[in-house]
Amino acid sequence: MTTFALPSYDEATSRYEPVIGLETHVELGTNTKMFCGCPTEFGAEPNTQVCPVCLALPGALPVANRAAIEATIRIGLALNCSIAEWCRFARKNYFYPDMPKNFQTSQYDEPLCVDGYVDVEVDGETVRIGIERVHLEEDTGKTLHVGGATGRIHGATESLVDYNRAGIPLVEIVTKPVPGIGAKAPEVAKAYVAELRDILRSLNVSDVRMEQGSLRCDVNTSLNLPGAEWGTRTETKNVNSLRSVERAVRSEIIRQAGLLDAGGSILQETRHFQEDTGDTRPGRSKETATDYRYFPEPDLVPMAPDPAWVAELKAALPELPRVKRARLREEWGVSELDMQSIVNAGAVELIEQTIAAGASAAGARKWWLGELARRANESGQELSMVGATPAQVAELQGLVDAGKINDKLARSVLEGVLAGEGDPAAVMAARGLEVVSDTGALTAAVDDAIAANPDIAAKIRDGKVAAAGALVGAVMKATRGQADAKTVRDLILERLS
Amino acid sequence: MAAISRDEVAHLARLSRLAVTEDELDRFAGQLDVILQAVARVGEAGAGDDIPPTSHSVPLTNVFRDDVVQPSLAQADVLAGAPDAAEGRFRVPRILDEEA
Amino acid sequence: MTDVTSLTAAQIAGLVASGEASAAEVTRAHLDRIAAVDDRVHAFLHVDTQGAVQAAEAVDRRRAAGEELGPLAGVPIAVKDVLTTRGVPTTAASKILEGWRPPYDSTVVERLRAAGTVMLGKTNMDEFAMGSSTEYSAYGPTNNPWDLGRIPGGSGGGSAAALAAYEAPLAIGTDTGGSIRQPGAVTGTVGAKPTYGGTSRYGLIAFSSSLDTPGPCARTVEDTALLHSVIAGHDPRDSTSIPQPVPDVVAAARLGATGDLTGVRLGIVSEFNGEGAEPGVMAAFRESIEALTKLGAEVVEVSCPNFQYALPAYYLIAPSEASSNLARFDGVRYGLRAGDDGQRSLEEVMSMTREAGFGAEVKRRIIIGTYALSSGYYDAYYGQAQKVRTLITRDFESAFERVDVLVSPTTPFVAFPFGSRTADPYQMYLSDLYTIPTNLYGGPAISVPCGLSEGLPVGFQIMAPTMADDRMYRVGAALESAVGTFTPPAL
Repeated sequence: MTTFALPSYDEATSRYEPVIGLETHVELGTNTKMFCGCPTEFGAEPNTQVCPVCLALPGALPVANRAAIEATIRIGLALNCSIAEWCRFARKNYFYPDMPKNFQTSQYDEPLCVDGYVDVEVDGETVRIGIERVHLEEDTGKTLHVGGATGRIHGATESLVDYNRAGIPLVEIVTKPVPGIGAKAPEVAKAYVAELRDILRSLNVSDVRMEQGSLRCDVNTSLNLPGAEWGTRTETKNVNSLRSVERAVRSEIIRQAGLLDAGGSILQETRHFQEDTGDTRPGRSKETATDYRYFPEPDLVPMAPDPAWVAELKAALPELPRVKRARLREEWGVSELDMQSIVNAGAVELIEQTIAAGASAAGARKWWLGELARRANESGQELSMVGATPAQVAELQGLVDAGKINDKLARSVLEGVLAGEGDPAAVMAARGLEVVSDTGALTAAVDDAIAANPDIAAKIRDGKVAAAGALVGAVMKATRGQADAKTVRDLILERLS
Repeated sequence: MAAISRDEVAHLARLSRLAVTEDELDRFAGQLDVILQAVARVGEAGAGDDIPPTSHSVPLTNVFRDDVVQPSLAQADVLAGAPDAAEGRFRVPRILDEEA
Repeated sequence: MTDVTSLTAAQIAGLVASGEASAAEVTRAHLDRIAAVDDRVHAFLHVDTQGAVQAAEAVDRRRAAGEELGPLAGVPIAVKDVLTTRGVPTTAASKILEGWRPPYDSTVVERLRAAGTVMLGKTNMDEFAMGSSTEYSAYGPTNNPWDLGRIPGGSGGGSAAALAAYEAPLAIGTDTGGSIRQPGAVTGTVGAKPTYGGTSRYGLIAFSSSLDTPGPCARTVEDTALLHSVIAGHDPRDSTSIPQPVPDVVAAARLGATGDLTGVRLGIVSEFNGEGAEPGVMAAFRESIEALTKLGAEVVEVSCPNFQYALPAYYLIAPSEASSNLARFDGVRYGLRAGDDGQRSLEEVMSMTREAGFGAEVKRRIIIGTYALSSGYYDAYYGQAQKVRTLITRDFESAFERVDVLVSPTTPFVAFPFGSRTADPYQMYLSDLYTIPTNLYGGPAISVPCGLSEGLPVGFQIMAPTMADDRMYRVGAALESAVGTFTPPAL
């Protein structure tokens, strides 16, 4: 392989215009597989969720899962697609051991949903991504490569195949090419996948877990000189996190720019994203171009979704993330930029639920974007997995609002909640963190502080109110922080007036 | 002119995962040529763009199943017919990258 | 008691129901007959002695317990080895499935068991049902009981020969391009291809999914109808299964047996003018037409101009679907694996497995199908063939506006000697000239013995509109009442 100098990203995007396209595969969360009644649960013992149909035993026949068809139509509707009046499944023929029939039942030139779009926000700007098609197919089994050093296919001496995943309904969502986004291409790609994930989650059709492979992404990238025709595209597979989507586009732009700079030409090929290095590497080149020999699946009859059914599904779509965000922004009184950070932090639902549990919008936001976001960042967890529930956060803020704890104490209470010590009120009680609100005790502490600091007391009596801070500090110290600073200050001024 | 060459037959055999012998290639090439010349007559039927293709002879649409779990096979039954198995899985020889 | 193997299924069922014979002794008699003649006929690939005896005894117990028995309870049956049978070897006559015991029953077999029929075993066929002579069985051909040096037809030659040799009174076949009817014709037995979608394909090892149809075979039209009614009907496990009631084929057969066809219009296809057919076959066909006319039938000639393209269209559609259907035989999950020496890659082992496991005809068809589906050829071959299918369907539909059924010889020629058509595969394909149009259309058709030519049976084919299977039984039974049945020389 020839080597060539890689430009910086800024150099690359100053000379070339990228065009990207994304193909996303979503495993549907149906109870059963696409064409048989086997369950779809993740993590079962190998080859225990299989039957004659999904094992492709001789003679077995498929019957399509209504729930999967319905979910696909709902996805299409949420992505502003038209739903086909009539379409068929097709066989995509190629040999691979994780595909029991050695053909994949898919859709070819008659997808269920076509021609939609989705709008995403990048840097406060709206980018419209065209949706080419949404179609339904089936997943493959899983192969374990044995004998190699890395567990990868390369260098393995044999492989072990588990067909539990084979036949799980898979929806493929293909964008139209997205030109004209310049250096923002990686961010647009990431924002699109994030938006898609949120839409799918709101539809409740998939658990959209990229780390478990229920949402998988292939990214197409090409570069062209300004004003010139689009370049040859590469397809990068194995892009399995939002961050990787961004990195994959970025590194492919840099690689292609370097190659073009050196006078090379881009090969239309499949490349694989390398999680560790962040770059892409070519797949093994094929001796001949793949010919999938698609033809209409004779074992499944055509689909002709009843327009009344489609209209019903459309009417029943949930509020989609973009609309919901606009509404919440209004309700919570936050700026577009703040909303963006809430979305990026994965905090929309959490804040919403915290508010529903009784907290103010500001209070809910303060915890989720502040202390909790910090902790999630530190531990590399999703915010929702950090260990506090919206109800607990609402309760915590309620204690603050009631004056039972101050912010500093509240952080200690939260620490206890995250450590699994119980709900906020219980932690507060157990740790003895409640603000000293017994005025008798407080008055005594204030009197002690005045007596111990006659100079300061004199200054206050002379009207130098600012000096009260020192006495407040002394009282707080004496009560181990469990007093409300404002109450203490008021008391001091009252005694010395 | 032959409808299909020996090389084409060899290519199709590879695509079909058939390790045909040289003898078979010789024999098949001639036989397939006769067959393909005969079946090419479908082009003479005058079925133009106005004739829709028939993929299914039954006039059915929307045959769906409810999303209800049915029993799967026992793992022992699944692997009983396997030429080779290990750890509850089907064992296969090493796979070349990116087979297609 | 007379030899029970010479009786019809209806007679045997009557004896079992009345207690004059036990299912066990009926079964034993047929197993004995198989033991006596099958080394010469080779109709069976597997005889399930133990399973048959157990099934028969279960019927006898149910009868003893006073349970209601179905119309075919206790009747032995032979099943083509292309339908899965739980725990009983199923090979489709291919080396690639040698020794495979399916973990599930096909729907047809499930219904046979539920009806109390007694499965004797699995019958020989052309490998994966691709052929017209059983010469393409990986386990050696079946010999025609009429002349052991001749073919019994195919692909379901084993089922037909088992009937002709009195090894079983009933058999199951599958018909993709004539594989029930053509063997019926050349063995002097009855074979019916139901409406596509009228019988379930679940558990039928697929050859050509859009054409394959399981169906009944017997020595009489009434027995065929009885078996038809047991196996037909909607199956939710087959998406192409028609959710409608099955026409009353048994009543139709009994009506036809009265010998009255007044008002029935028969259409003779003018394009099937006898070109390429043996004179003896055409003579028997014409005599049958006369016989039917005497029973009151009206005969008209109808033109089906696109039938001439049926054979080319079939030999594109069927191999194309087969190339995809047979891809699953790869030595990973079941069946043969060849060449796995620990060094070779999976790709090599798969190719060696398929090379070793498939016979020449199967390989030829896989290659043709792969070719016809390739980009660049799809439109000219597969796409065009599907359009021809539309034209042929229109021919049938317009013909059935004028007539109730279409009739023709079942095959252009009687049973031919082994080896006479294997050198040129296309010559073998011509066996199905008259049977193929029906498969492309999806309607039902039956072959009924109608006479002899040079001492060998000739079949008469009756084709009916889709879901009008009853019509062909009426006409078939009427023909049978006029010409009688045909018995081969003693083995």
